[in-house]
Amino acid sequence: MVYFALIFAGLLIAIVPVAIAAGKSARGRYIIYGVSLTASIALLLIALAALFGNSASAVRLPLGLPWVGAHFRLDALAAFFLAVVNLGGAAASLYAIGYGAHERAPLQVIPFYPAFLAGMSLVTLADDAFSFLLSWEFMSLTSWALVMAHHRERDNARAGYVYLIMASFGTAALILTFGLLAGPDGGYTFAEIRAEHPAASVAAAVLILTLIGAGSKAGLVPLHVWLPLAHPAAPSHVSALMSGVMTKVAVYGFVRIAFDLIGAPAWWWSILVLALGGVTSVMGVLYALMQHDLKRLLAYHTVENIGIIFIGLGLSLAFRAHGMALAAALALTAGLLHVFNHSVFKSLLFFGAGSVLTATGERDMEHLGGLIHRMPQTAFVFLVGCAAISALPPLNGFVSEWLTFQAILLSPQLPSWSLKLVVPAVGALLALSAALAAACFVKAFGVTFLGRARTNVVERATETDRFSLAAMFGLAALCLVAGILPGVFIDALAPTVKSLVGERMPVQTGVEWLSIVPIAESRSSYNGLLVFLFMVLSGTFAAVAIHRWASDRLRRSPPWDCGYPDASPATQYTADSFAQPIRRVFGTVVFRAREHGEMPPPGDMRPARFKVDLRDFVWDMLYAPVAAGVGTAADQLNHLQFLTIRQFLSLVFAALVILLLVLAIWP
Amino acid sequence: MALILDFAVQGAQMLVVLLLAPLLTGFVRKVKARFLRRRGPRLIQPYLDLVRLMRKEVVLAENASWLFRVIPYLIFAATWVAASLVPTFRTGLLFSWSADLIAIIALLGSARFFLALAGLDVGTSFGGIGSSREVMIASLAEPAMVMIVFTLALIAGSTQLSTMAGYLVSSEVGLRVSLGLALIAIIMVAIAENARIPVDNPATHLELTMVHEAMVLEYSGRHLALIDLSASLKLLLYVSLIACLFAPWGMATPGAGFAGLALGVLAYLGKLAVGGFLLALFETSIAKMRVFRVPEFMGAALMLSLLATLLLFVSRSL
Repeated sequence: MVYFALIFAGLLIAIVPVAIAAGKSARGRYIIYGVSLTASIALLLIALAALFGNSASAVRLPLGLPWVGAHFRLDALAAFFLAVVNLGGAAASLYAIGYGAHERAPLQVIPFYPAFLAGMSLVTLADDAFSFLLSWEFMSLTSWALVMAHHRERDNARAGYVYLIMASFGTAALILTFGLLAGPDGGYTFAEIRAEHPAASVAAAVLILTLIGAGSKAGLVPLHVWLPLAHPAAPSHVSALMSGVMTKVAVYGFVRIAFDLIGAPAWWWSILVLALGGVTSVMGVLYALMQHDLKRLLAYHTVENIGIIFIGLGLSLAFRAHGMALAAALALTAGLLHVFNHSVFKSLLFFGAGSVLTATGERDMEHLGGLIHRMPQTAFVFLVGCAAISALPPLNGFVSEWLTFQAILLSPQLPSWSLKLVVPAVGALLALSAALAAACFVKAFGVTFLGRARTNVVERATETDRFSLAAMFGLAALCLVAGILPGVFIDALAPTVKSLVGERMPVQTGVEWLSIVPIAESRSSYNGLLVFLFMVLSGTFAAVAIHRWASDRLRRSPPWDCGYPDASPATQYTADSFAQPIRRVFGTVVFRAREHGEMPPPGDMRPARFKVDLRDFVWDMLYAPVAAGVGTAADQLNHLQFLTIRQFLSLVFAALVILLLVLAIWP
Repeated sequence: MALILDFAVQGAQMLVVLLLAPLLTGFVRKVKARFLRRRGPRLIQPYLDLVRLMRKEVVLAENASWLFRVIPYLIFAATWVAASLVPTFRTGLLFSWSADLIAIIALLGSARFFLALAGLDVGTSFGGIGSSREVMIASLAEPAMVMIVFTLALIAGSTQLSTMAGYLVSSEVGLRVSLGLALIAIIMVAIAENARIPVDNPATHLELTMVHEAMVLEYSGRHLALIDLSASLKLLLYVSLIACLFAPWGMATPGAGFAGLALGVLAYLGKLAVGGFLLALFETSIAKMRVFRVPEFMGAALMLSLLATLLLFVSRSL
């Protein structure tokens, strides 16, 4: 299996020269994205075959470090994430066949795109530290190049710079992680690392470094700062891949190390992971609510969903540390199912945002509005995505959140006291973020697609092309299917979960009426299919009955608006005013939001002004001091540049003496 | 045979909630009017209103989209399904396992999501004001409700409403601090969710502080009828939910015969009457709050329910 996977990943890299040669022409675009689509579908099928066939296969290639070689392995965990990566990859490639036609600088996008896809797939396949890090860095650099594709646009260069720093920082943390894991003998294959059982202190350091390394890529608060800058800067199909898929590769890195390589967890790890997950989910959605750039809003919302995923993973670690394997399986299934769900609806939403961008040239919601009349099909699929990400039944986002809640309800059985206090607080944070997410997507959809057009760019908008629509409708259908038949997806996760925590959730597909029963039927059950059917039936019943027996007449007229309709679209609620009540409730604390109204005195003809100050305290407290420190140090060291040759020589000599001294004193 | 009976009971439940919902709304209005020394409209006035609205033509704003016309049916469907799954006169309904209490709350969340979108669709300032405030209130009410569900689920060991009701009616429960906190919190949430005084005023149609009415301002005819019916259903749902969880006495169990069912129906009607009366009493005795007082009110509900959950994590017997 793993051979075929490597062949297709190699194919993706092999077409890069073709992309450089032919990327500019329309035919080249069809070829490159077509080949990417084919390779992604092939990799998806291979991953599914490995997942359902439950067979692990490994290979060692004579590449890389001569004494290690390059090991690749396709086990259940890798297969699940390979499937997620390539599902997103296939959808993005299909979307890009149409979307790519609008690209102004195709040569800065097309060559890097298949390489980026290959990099993500190779991370999931790697089976030794060296190939893992190499693929990881390959993925980072290709995505960085894609972020920089439009480097002349405002803020994009800064986004790329911040991303490069954070990506290097994360990789540095991961290098240290694997260094610690490999131990003094330097066994760098994952099999050797698994056999090694690190001491408690080493394992703790590994966990923290992993949280930094994988967490910075995934977007855990406070390491999320690059994400809302970089994800929107890339072309939209790449944004979808970065937000929907690359963050999942980071989750894979965390799961691989924390659940598989490191050995048995200590009980307090879960507190760290849970607290980070809870804070990340609420902070992510609050940041998202404050945005009026559609793509940046979506990027911040990825941060929230990463938080939800880490809550599931943290719960699983907690249960596992206390030997409750069944509960650990439930929590891990919830987290991994959310990985899949989020990759589907976040890709869908970014595709929708990309279609809006190509149709209007605008990402700023304050300039949009009323697009549902111009782009009805895009509006429909975007609405499905919004409902799914807001965890509304009967769509898929609800299922994974419901499972996470069920896992939280099992946690009073945990013996440790600190967990007993942390878990309900995390549950409250999760509930809060779910409710705020719904508010956020009412805003995103309502301001962009509903209401009246705010500027005349909307008047020129037309429905997007059929490739993009096909990709979006496919993902929307998947949102519905995963929502009404969750049992199939839960069962598909069983081998992965069993390989990590030694237990699996009960088989769901055999349950009558296709409902899902995580523990026991008397405890909790949910049937998305029936809920969906009931809703369809009662809605249809109401519509038919009313149109048949009551009235079906309809008359169009100007809006009522309490008798004071205003022709100016500027009287509508905007994205900022929509979020104003929430900003006043939460923002005054979290962002120190301050509103300043400036009213000129009577007789003065200046317009009145209203201004809102928001402070990002993560940036202010953490990054700004570090950046200032680096700047000061650089200024100080700058003097070294202007020394005379004698001073330079004495400096070199002194350095040599000090190093030799250290070597001599070293025990 | 048993299956047919189960189907019949489930069908009866769906019809009962649909038919009783306007009556409860009318009852609350009547009692409120009597407290204000007015004669008040007839008890059946909400039914007459619904029929009148159904028969009228729809006057639709010129730039309303297809979504605006679909949303009333979506809201009605989601609310009706949710209301049909809350045990009223009998526990162990045929389809009760298809959605537990968390899913019922989420179904109501779906209805609210679409209603808030409807407020934004025509692009008027009143619609926007309503949607924006509704999501602010919901962003605190929903987590509070989830924490209440946690509290009850930890006590009963289940999120299935039938199982919860069965456990809470048994003598094992006793008086608990957490249950008391949860009761206060759920009443606060129910008041906010149903747009009652002091959070919102259901009797207004032109007021700067309106929330629910502002969102539905552009609706007319059959669409408005469906939205009004959904609002009534939601009120009935919350009264039934509180009755089912905190006063589960008299409900028929799955094995009960005709006498049991009759007793269950009578007990349910009695509970609705008491609930409606208390709501009217509360509404007449309190003034409406400013909009930015509402977060404090909902925050109190959230803190109470979180405290209740924490107590249960500390000790199962609290």
